[in-house]
Amino acid sequence: MSVHFKKKARAKQEIPTASLPDIIFMLLIFFMVTTVLREVDLKVRVQLPDAEAIQKIEQKRLVSYVYIGPEKLAGNQLGENRVQIDDALIPVMTEIRQILFRRLQDEPRTIISLRVDEESETGILYDVQQELREAGTLRINYSTKRLSPS
Amino acid sequence: MGLLKRRTSREAEIPTASMADIAFLLLIFFLVTTTIDVDTGIYMELPPPLDENTPPPEIPDRNILTVLVNSQGDVLLEKEFVQINDIRPSVKRFVANRGADPTLSDSPGKAIVSFKTERQSKYEQYVKVLDEIKMGFNELRSEEARARGFRDYADYRARLPEGAEDEISAEYPYRISIAEPDATNPSAEGTGA
Repeated sequence: MSVHFKKKARAKQEIPTASLPDIIFMLLIFFMVTTVLREVDLKVRVQLPDAEAIQKIEQKRLVSYVYIGPEKLAGNQLGENRVQIDDALIPVMTEIRQILFRRLQDEPRTIISLRVDEESETGILYDVQQELREAGTLRINYSTKRLSPS
Repeated sequence: MGLLKRRTSREAEIPTASMADIAFLLLIFFLVTTTIDVDTGIYMELPPPLDENTPPPEIPDRNILTVLVNSQGDVLLEKEFVQINDIRPSVKRFVANRGADPTLSDSPGKAIVSFKTERQSKYEQYVKVLDEIKMGFNELRSEEARARGFRDYADYRARLPEGAEDEISAEYPYRISIAEPDATNPSAEGTGA
């Protein structure tokens, strides 16, 4: 019995770790590719509404965001409804047309995701949509949360 | 001579034992910074800007279902006051009429739901109503998919062969028109359309 035991113990009991860095690198590359590092600094408050008839946008690279909501002021105050694209508030509505037209030239399949605060009025949304039509970015998405089943 | 020999026998190697640790650190960094939230929402396609010279197409009244929302959030459906929950069945009845009722649509391909709100309406209400209209279409599509032996429309889409035409979406196209509000607000900018 003891002889048998000894023979077993002499066998190599090691997990081969030579390929470990390769596995880790694979994971690393996956996360590097999927990561979007640039986070937008929101200057307007955006609380998304809920909806049921929603679709997912798979191609995140195609999406450009337009934010609409009350401007965040100092001391937790909320101001007028404003439009934000990327990091800047848009001072004049007609500038939206130029910004998005240029984006459409770079990527013709652009989808505009409208992230609109649920408290804001639809008037400003219509103005933005007019600009989108003029720019030619006709594929839009009203960004909403998934309605939790009740 | 002896010195030279000792030199060549030494192996020149980069230590790779810590490679995994470095990779792990990077991995953890990217794991923490990654956000895998997919953007979800109601997908729509806007109409191209109108040419002022071409008159709008004539559409018979029976093929249009008008949905109006005022600034208080009240819903008018074909000039009748309704609750939000009533929109979905009305849209379904209107679209799937196929000429049976003379006040409703000729065929699902011709039916248009015209959606209009006031400029002062809340966006929350706008999305709620639009969602109900779209769900009406979605339920019709799912019913059609069930009639063809699928679980629902998503199931039909998933099992659709590559390159094949989606017959159900061709049967029930989303024809939702978002009308501009009447220019009662003087601050409304004329943008050419």
